[in-house]
Amino acid sequence: MGKQFLTMTVNGETVEVAVEPSAMLIDVLRDQLDMIGTKEACREGECGACTVILEGMTVNSCITPAMKAQGRSVLTIEGVDDQGKLHPIQEAFIEKGAIQCGYCTPGMVLSVKVLLDENPNPLEEEVKMGLSGNLCRCTGYIKIIDAVMVAARQMGQ
Amino acid sequence: MWEEYLSPSSTQEAVDMLRSYNGEAQIIAGGTDLVLDLSKGTRKAKCLIDIGDIDELKKIDQDGDEIVIGAGVVFSRIISSKLIQEKAYVLAEAAATIGSPQIRNTGTVVGNVVSAQPAADAAVALFALDARAEIVGSDGKRIVPLGELYEGVGISKVDSTAEIVTGVRFKALGSNQGSAFMRLAQRKALALPVLNAAATVAIKGDKFYESLVVIAPVATRPFRSEDAENCLKGASIDKGTIEEAAEAAAGEANPRDSALRGSAEYRKKMAKVLVKRAIQKAVERAKE
Ligand code: FES
Ligand code: FES
Repeated sequence: MGKQFLTMTVNGETVEVAVEPSAMLIDVLRDQLDMIGTKEACREGECGACTVILEGMTVNSCITPAMKAQGRSVLTIEGVDDQGKLHPIQEAFIEKGAIQCGYCTPGMVLSVKVLLDENPNPLEEEVKMGLSGNLCRCTGYIKIIDAVMVAARQMGQ
Repeated sequence: MWEEYLSPSSTQEAVDMLRSYNGEAQIIAGGTDLVLDLSKGTRKAKCLIDIGDIDELKKIDQDGDEIVIGAGVVFSRIISSKLIQEKAYVLAEAAATIGSPQIRNTGTVVGNVVSAQPAADAAVALFALDARAEIVGSDGKRIVPLGELYEGVGISKVDSTAEIVTGVRFKALGSNQGSAFMRLAQRKALALPVLNAAATVAIKGDKFYESLVVIAPVATRPFRSEDAENCLKGASIDKGTIEEAAEAAAGEANPRDSALRGSAEYRKKMAKVLVKRAIQKAVERAKE
C-alpha cells in the first residue's frame, strides 16, 4: 500500500496531504506542512512537547496517528496568534519569564489555552492539574504558573 | 509499522473489514498503548481499523437499569459525564487519575480493559461495578464478564484482529449504594499506580448489604477480594467491620515485591490502608 489522503483543517485552513498511513500527526505537521512549532521530545506520550489541539482537546501529536485527524480541525502553536499579534498567554509567558530554552513552550501554551477556555479563573491547583501532561526541564514551573494566572486576569478583562 | 489505516463509520463495516483482512488488520481506538507497542515492534499489524470515529460507539447511555459506555468514549468524557458522576462515581474518580489531560483526551475506557494491564485505573473501577463487555465478531454479539477477558499481564483474550469490544455495561448504582476509588502512586500525574483499590457498597439501615472490593496490581487482572466482600456481607457498618474487611483484602491479595512499585511488606500494609479508605468513602457516599 502507498500513501493515503488526509484532509484536515489546520489553523483554520483546509489542507489535503498524501501521508504515510503510519505517520503520526506531528510528522505531517513538521515534515510535510513545515510547521515546526510543534516539538518532539519523548515520542512516547509522556512529555507534552508535541501537544496540539484536536477538535478542541489537547492531544500528544507524537502518538496520534495522522489519519485520526481526517475531517477534523487541528490547532497548532502557529495558529494561536491574532494576525501576528501574540496571544495574551504568550505575552504573559514572556512577561513572567516563563520561557527558558523554550522547547516545552508551544505545548504549554496550547494546554493553557484549553485550560483557560474551559476554566477562565482557575485555582493554582487546577493550573497544575491542567499542565500535568506538559513537562518542563528548565523553569521549575513556578513562573509558568505565574504566567497562567496573569494570562487569566488579562483575558478576563 | 502498519501500511494501511482505515476509518469505518459503523461497527458492521469494521467487522467486515476485519474479516476481509483475515487476521492482518487490528482494531485501534485511542491507541495510547497500541501505538507504542506497534512502534516498538512488540505487536504487529498490517492494517489498523480505527473505531474511534464511529458515532454509535461514542455513547454513554442508560439502558434500563444499566449504563453502557461505547468503545469510542475517552476518559475525559467519563469524568465530565453527569450520568457517570451520579450513578458510577468510582469510574469518574478512577478516570481522573489516568496519565495526563492529553492521555485522558485520547485513551478510552474500553481500551483500558482490552490492553489488559492489571492495574489500569478505569478497569479496576469497572471491576468494582461488576461490568461486562459487549463483543461483536463475525458470528454475532456476546456479552462477557470482564474477568474472563484477561489472559496474562498485557495479554487480552479479546482477539483484536477478529472481533471488537464495542462497549462495557454495568448496573447503575442506586441511592443506597456508594463507590470510591483510591490510588497510591509516586506522583499525582503521569505515574503508574503502586496500588489502587476500588469499592462499591450497598447499605440497608446500619448494615452492609452487598459489596465489591477490588485491588490491583496483585494478579494478572484487577483482583476482586471475595474474603473482604464476605466480611462485609450483612455486617454492621462500623470501624471494626471495615478494618476487618481491609485486613482480609490485603491478606488475600498478597502483593509481591516489585522493583517498580515497592516491597511486598510495604504494599501489603498500604493495600489495607487503601481498601479501608475506599470502603469508608463508599459508605459515606451511600449515605449521602
Ligand atoms: S514528544 Fe509527544 S509526548 Fe513527548
Ligand atoms: S523552558 Fe526549557 S523545557 Fe521548559
